[in-house]
Amino acid sequence: MNAASTVHVRYTLQRPEFTLDVELDLPLRGISGVFGASGAGKTSLLRCIAGLERPATGKLVVAGDVWQDDESNIWRAVHERDIGYVFQEPRLFAHLDVRRNIEYGLRRREHNGAPDIDHVIGLLGIERLLGRKPDELSGGEAQRVAIARALLCAPRFVLMDEPLASLDQERKEEILPFLDRLHAEGDVPIIYVSHNIDEVSRLCDHLVVIDGGRVVADGDVQSVLVRTDLPILAGREAGSVIQGAVESYDDADDLTGLRCSGGNLWVPGNAGQTGATVRLRIRASDVSLCRSRPDNSTILNIVPAQVDAIESDAGPSALVRLAMGEDRIIARVTRRSIRELELREGDEVFAQIKSVAVRAP
Amino acid sequence: MNADTLFQPLLLSVQLAAITTIVLMIIATPIAWWLAQTSSRWKTLVQTTVALPIVLPPTVMGFYLLIVLGPGGAIGSWWVELTGNALTFSFAGLVVASCLYSLPFAVQPLVVGFESLGQRNLEAAWTLGASKIDAFFSVALPLSVRGYLSAVVLSFAHTLGEFGVVLMVGGNIPGETRVISIAIYDQVESLNYHAAHQLSALLLVVAFIALFSMFFVNRKWRTQ
Repeated sequence: MNAASTVHVRYTLQRPEFTLDVELDLPLRGISGVFGASGAGKTSLLRCIAGLERPATGKLVVAGDVWQDDESNIWRAVHERDIGYVFQEPRLFAHLDVRRNIEYGLRRREHNGAPDIDHVIGLLGIERLLGRKPDELSGGEAQRVAIARALLCAPRFVLMDEPLASLDQERKEEILPFLDRLHAEGDVPIIYVSHNIDEVSRLCDHLVVIDGGRVVADGDVQSVLVRTDLPILAGREAGSVIQGAVESYDDADDLTGLRCSGGNLWVPGNAGQTGATVRLRIRASDVSLCRSRPDNSTILNIVPAQVDAIESDAGPSALVRLAMGEDRIIARVTRRSIRELELREGDEVFAQIKSVAVRAP
Repeated sequence: MNADTLFQPLLLSVQLAAITTIVLMIIATPIAWWLAQTSSRWKTLVQTTVALPIVLPPTVMGFYLLIVLGPGGAIGSWWVELTGNALTFSFAGLVVASCLYSLPFAVQPLVVGFESLGQRNLEAAWTLGASKIDAFFSVALPLSVRGYLSAVVLSFAHTLGEFGVVLMVGGNIPGETRVISIAIYDQVESLNYHAAHQLSALLLVVAFIALFSMFFVNRKWRTQ
């Protein structure tokens, strides 16, 4: 990657629970996810980047500008780093109304040029909240205001530390569409920390996996998610992300036909205009395998694929990575099925995909 | 007893309490901020020193202050050089003594206020481009209004009610150091119970109003 378009990060930080030891180049575009279990060091990494934590040794270079280098004694204090930070909790200032909260950073970072306030307010749908005090907002509203506040200080990039973790499922669903919009606009690069595989699959373009304070995978989201060899990605939520192009919409059955690299898929509802690119999330538990094409199944999506890798763990199940054209998806099957079907790497099979979640790319 | 002998000591007490409170807010703010933020090993030592006036008999504090502030003392001699007047048995001396005497009553509520504020709001302010000083004035201070209210009222009321330290350091000079508590003592000594009654009732009412206003405002804020 070109140094002018990356955030170069190198940190070593000792903590009683773990030792953070990472070296990374994160792209300064789109959303880069940092995924890992709780206590893996994700939040510490974000706090180091923001300057809220001062590690033993560290280096941070943003698009060629050195923000921190302990070997040369370079240290930018938190307020001198052009970042936006969204914490787990909204952390709005209780004595200021919503408008003055979102203007707080705006006034202090004037040198970054004036961001379009009305645009950001509209993007996060907080027009009607501007005159309210933080204690008059719901949890979801407050977090949207916090995101707007971080965006409005015109940062080089925004750090988001599990911004949805403190919200219940309903509130998460309320905020996710706003993050989708932010992602679609792509004006501000975001580094997004999460322990929720669904969130990173939905939002991220680039994905870093951290385990025990170390980077265990780093790459584009499609290829990292199908790393079946990583136990942390092999959990109940395991799945893959692929792209598809909208080909047709069947009005009568309310289904959209998508063209993917390995074949065509039907997804429920109207997924977009013809030719539009969409992101598909396919959970491993929604994929099953057959030796021959089943001819009377209720499952619409049956695609030929080739077994790419088989990863068994101690439990009853195994993850099978499949090549579907250029794409890789994963299937969760029992170890017994693998034995009885005598599945091996390189075998031709049919993947039955029971459900597909569709997102804008 | 004429109005002058009744109100002059009260006025002097209120003046002393008001000036002391203002000075204390300026001194106590950095001390309380440091105590709330630090994990330094000096913290306990500073905490103890600040709290000493709560447990020491006022006469002990008054005695040491008399020595230090006196014309031969470390601070007193410097003051004489600077102004030509002695610090003991003067209004200025009373202000210095009152500030030390009431310091814990200003520092404690501020520490509690700053601690309950926590790091979270400050971190948010820093990431939004506020320097540490800026974040203190734009976020910590306005969010600690209640701590300041308690600190102001307690410092004021405590200074209004002090007796021992004032007597030791200030003596009993009308219009200069004869504050209301000294005046009451004076009247009782000369068996003038009627005047003592009047002065005591006056102080009682003033103290009651001050505390009542604080609790009232505090409660109103809480329910808002």
